Amino acid sequence: MVDAILKVDHLSKYFAHVKALDDITFDVKRGEIHALCGENGAGKSTFIKLLTGAHEPTKGKITFDGNEYDRLNPKLAMDLGISVIYQEFSLIPYLTVAENIFFGREIQKFGVRNIKKMEKMAQELCDEMGIEVNVNTRVRDLGIAYQQIVEIMKAVSRNAKFIIMDEPTAPLTLNETDIFFNIVKNMRKKGVTIIFISHRLEEVFELCDRVTVFCDGKYMITKEVKDVTKKQLIAYMVGRELTEDYPTANGKAGEVCLEVRGITNARVRDASFVLRRGEIVGIGGLVGAGRTELARVLYGADRYLSGTMILNGKPYSPKSPKDALRRGIGLIPEDRKQQGLVLGFSVENNTAYSSLEKLSRGIVIQDGKMAELAEEYIESLRIKTPDKDQPVKTLSGGNQQKVVIARILATKCDILIFDEPTRGIDVGAKQEIYSLMASLAEQGKSIIMISSEMPELIGMSDRMLVMNNGKIVGELSKEEVTQEGILEMASAEEAGQTI
Amino acid sequence: MKRANKFDALSILLEYGILLVLLFLIVIFSFLSGNFLSVNTLVTILKQISITGITSIGMCYVILTGGIDLSVGSIAAVTAVSAAIFMQNGWSGIPSVLAALCLAVLFGMVNGFSVTKLHMPALIATLGTQTALRGVAYIVTGGLPVHGFSDSFGNFAKASVLGIPYMVILMVCVFAGGKFLLEKTTTGRYIYGVGGNEESSRLSGVNVTQIKLFVYMFAGFLSGIAGLVLLSRTNSGQPSAADRYEMDAITAVVLGGVSLSGGEGKINQVMIGVVLMGVLSTGMIMCGVDDYWQRLVKGVVLILAVAFTEFSIKIRNKRMDKR
Repeated sequence: MVDAILKVDHLSKYFAHVKALDDITFDVKRGEIHALCGENGAGKSTFIKLLTGAHEPTKGKITFDGNEYDRLNPKLAMDLGISVIYQEFSLIPYLTVAENIFFGREIQKFGVRNIKKMEKMAQELCDEMGIEVNVNTRVRDLGIAYQQIVEIMKAVSRNAKFIIMDEPTAPLTLNETDIFFNIVKNMRKKGVTIIFISHRLEEVFELCDRVTVFCDGKYMITKEVKDVTKKQLIAYMVGRELTEDYPTANGKAGEVCLEVRGITNARVRDASFVLRRGEIVGIGGLVGAGRTELARVLYGADRYLSGTMILNGKPYSPKSPKDALRRGIGLIPEDRKQQGLVLGFSVENNTAYSSLEKLSRGIVIQDGKMAELAEEYIESLRIKTPDKDQPVKTLSGGNQQKVVIARILATKCDILIFDEPTRGIDVGAKQEIYSLMASLAEQGKSIIMISSEMPELIGMSDRMLVMNNGKIVGELSKEEVTQEGILEMASAEEAGQTI
Repeated sequence: MKRANKFDALSILLEYGILLVLLFLIVIFSFLSGNFLSVNTLVTILKQISITGITSIGMCYVILTGGIDLSVGSIAAVTAVSAAIFMQNGWSGIPSVLAALCLAVLFGMVNGFSVTKLHMPALIATLGTQTALRGVAYIVTGGLPVHGFSDSFGNFAKASVLGIPYMVILMVCVFAGGKFLLEKTTTGRYIYGVGGNEESSRLSGVNVTQIKLFVYMFAGFLSGIAGLVLLSRTNSGQPSAADRYEMDAITAVVLGGVSLSGGEGKINQVMIGVVLMGVLSTGMIMCGVDDYWQRLVKGVVLILAVAFTEFSIKIRNKRMDKR
């Protein structure tokens, strides 16, 4: 018998009539990195919640470290050393790394926080894990990768011996992911068990020992990673074979519709490029290279200090997103929950939110038109929702993303900026979004795509710009593009000094 | 599923618990005071709530965007005394009222400006105007009530149709208008959206500044209306009038299930909150509860209301997650 740190037996969780998790049985070995795969809605999140005690199982048993439990509660889970690192960070931006690590259980001396001691312990932890970071830095001054790492240090410092990582690499660039993986591997050496959840299957193969697949709340299979292929994994996840091919738009790049000359602000430096009708232009680069910031300038969400833009032959200087939308430029932002949706609104209200004025007579909303619009997009984008009145916060990530896209499409924009459109969504929904982008380009819309996932960026783009340190450092045609080429440009050091 | 959930006991309690509290209060007060259940009392309560009702609707708008307005009482007072002074100086009724209402809107705009352009927390910005405007009311009146304007102004508060006082009809109209604006128009949708997620709203093309300015101006305007109704009712411009109206309005809004963090809540429920506050105030007065105790009770009710509302929102969200 293997040394299993975690065993679940017939674990099930029903919500009313929905079997979110149905009769799951498998085990996780001590000290392994165990991948958990499945599309959104497959039951991964529910599974995590059962392990952290946020939900109670309807049926089944959890055996952890040899002890059997009918259910866990958050306190017990923490005492057992189970810890979760979520996609959304729970760090406090204004506190330093050390303060964050010890937040909530500060080391005290005579009732006062002993900062020196905490800093020292944090530093030791860094050294031990091979992390190079100044523990006195405020978290808000760190890159996303390091914030992620601080989250992990926080867990480790609580003697977590079982860490669940929910999409930890979603916001990271390739370079950062490498750093991150090294740290995760270090932890495995120290005997920490890790459940790793990611939609990027490459990472599963690179990092993990074994993999378990859920599909529609059911357990599919557990395999040694070396005994399974990516194709097989996807087949288990979706219950069907799926091609990893990217659709090619048959549209021809037409005349120039947007010309950007020398746009400069605090985060973007002297950016110039043109966009043609019917093409997909990718913007590659590391997180923090200024891609999102450039997009926000184009969309009127951020100000720029100098430079000019010409849209359809006329000067364009958007003062607000409202301006940009009116002129036919739409942004699908990188963080759908914080920037793309009003989570408390229904699918209908979110879909119509950017085009309410068009759906109104005077200021009175015409309910019929609004309902029609929502139904139209639920159908055409195949948004999985019980009905248009469903609160959008109850939908899965992929479907939420489709609602954001629907909202922008409803404004009938000609230029669409997709910022990390597939972050944190499942394989099936990704494919749907790719096809949608391709068909939009075919219809003559112009698309700017920002993504940290190289394969999709290369696969989708007709042409690619690479940004580094706020500057556009290169442009590559579809034929010239290679992953290595982009990385080289994106991570070259000199770009910072040239201006 | 949706339907099944709707009818379970806890949901009903959370949704309509406030009605139960209201019934409970009515029963208690009828026992404590023999003439509580009478047409007279009903009319008194209706008149009372027609004023708080109007301010509460403005407050509801502000709180839905995630803000708050502590200056409604002071705005009401300044509006009332200005109208009284205008009339005392020989202006006729309508121009006086309009000029006073313009002032009220202007004060609301100051609040809105502080919140949107100076990025002040609404609590502080409106605490400032609350104190400053109360000062203005005392300064322009020299601390004395303003009398001696036309009696016809006071007729409004006395007049009624089929036994229903004009002021109640006015409140119902304001409510109907407020409900329509909030539920049927783009402005209303933006108000909920801004309260629900300001950044998403901005990135969705909503002019957030404009919406916030609007709600504070609207609250100012309605406070002005309330002040004028009060002026008509008392027939004298009191600088100390409408004291602590913000308290009643905030409590009514929160009792109506509006979250103080914005984005959630229904205006119908707010009206139930208004009635509850009216019953509570009038009942306490009729039972001879003294002012000190009234303050204590109202403060406690506010705290309980906030606790209850936030609790029920939490429960509702939890249930939604489970679905």
